[in-house]
Amino acid sequence: MSQHRHHHDHDDHSHLSAIELRVRALESLLLEKGYVDPAAIDALVETYEVKVGPRNGAQVVAKAWADPAYREWLRNDASAAIAALGFIGRQGEHMVAVENTPEEHNMVVCTLCSCYPWPVLGLPPVWYKSAPYRSRAVLDPRGVLAEFGVNLPESTRIRVWDSTAEIRYLVIPMRPEGTEDMGEEGLAQLVTRDSMIGTGMALRPEAAR
Amino acid sequence: MNGGQDLGGMMAFGPIAVEQDEPWFHAEWERRAFGLTLAMGATGSWNIDMSRHARESLPPSEYLTSSYYEIWTKGVEKLVVAAGLVSPEELTRGQSLSEAASIKRILKAADVPAVLARGGPAERPIEQLARFAVGDQVRTRNMHPKGHTRLPRYARGKIGVVELIHGAHVFPDSNARGDGERPQWLYTVCFSGRELWGEEADATLTVSIDAWESYLEPA
Repeated sequence: MSQHRHHHDHDDHSHLSAIELRVRALESLLLEKGYVDPAAIDALVETYEVKVGPRNGAQVVAKAWADPAYREWLRNDASAAIAALGFIGRQGEHMVAVENTPEEHNMVVCTLCSCYPWPVLGLPPVWYKSAPYRSRAVLDPRGVLAEFGVNLPESTRIRVWDSTAEIRYLVIPMRPEGTEDMGEEGLAQLVTRDSMIGTGMALRPEAAR
Repeated sequence: MNGGQDLGGMMAFGPIAVEQDEPWFHAEWERRAFGLTLAMGATGSWNIDMSRHARESLPPSEYLTSSYYEIWTKGVEKLVVAAGLVSPEELTRGQSLSEAASIKRILKAADVPAVLARGGPAERPIEQLARFAVGDQVRTRNMHPKGHTRLPRYARGKIGVVELIHGAHVFPDSNARGDGERPQWLYTVCFSGRELWGEEADATLTVSIDAWESYLEPA
């Protein structure tokens, strides 16, 4: 691969796709103009590729499961409770945490774009940003959940949160059975990204091993 | 606007394609498009509502056939031209043909952590009292503005109940056209599935949107 790259690393860009050329042209123009610092672009990418991700949200959920006072705080003032764990900033400025129960299942979507709580979940997966999910999550959430392998009892109410403003929603999944003796660290291993969007359930302890 | 971005309730897009162990980016150009969009956003040449509007005002046929970071790239292209930072000809050539415009600030790598930590809070002080209280029944307006709005089509002209009050937030509809932040009270309004989708809807379904005060009337 490196040889391949070396071979083409001159001005021959004929192997690049239209969008690769387009982004490259845009970046070189904005660099030439002096509007962007390429090292800042690297730092932005590195932040969301290395430092931020759903392990953050998993810590929040595990703490809420383990500590009733924290859970209460998270339900009443999620922005502050999440910031207390150090997860702050862009696309998580105004947080609301909603809790799944046997009676009600919460699920989050952004039908208009891709709003998603970056500080606790990282950048959204492609499916979350794509037309199939955004179109059907509000119309047929039970059908959407079935595609994710989640089949809820008919009696469980479904609540969909369409993130149309700058409020960002974090789902607190139900704590699995058989986890009474587990500490926060072990509990966090059970909390998947999808369970915090509402398109999945937390793992059972035997599934996480 | 009634653009390609307003997808709630549409059909026939096919199954949801979940990728196991999905990487954060699928190609190097996606990394650059992401970083460029954020870095240019940090110059203060436009606001987040303008950038959303730049993306959603692509023709629907183009919006729906472009990948996510293609849409971001096309959005930045429109924004740099609209802000007078780049000419259409420079964009086509990928080369500067004139002096750089003056720019409010340039994001430096060392400032990235602080800028991301600060984010862009949208809550603002407001003098007026909130018009609605939790539990109030409201009807969303039936409106079809040509500019940016965050009231999705499927939730227009519908009766719902105010469930949460979030304080006053920057009003995207005015902010996107450079007409000021004009903060308004922001509410979570909850609708029954049947109110939105009719008799055939799942009887257990409720859907909420976050709605600015001027989107709502008493009902």
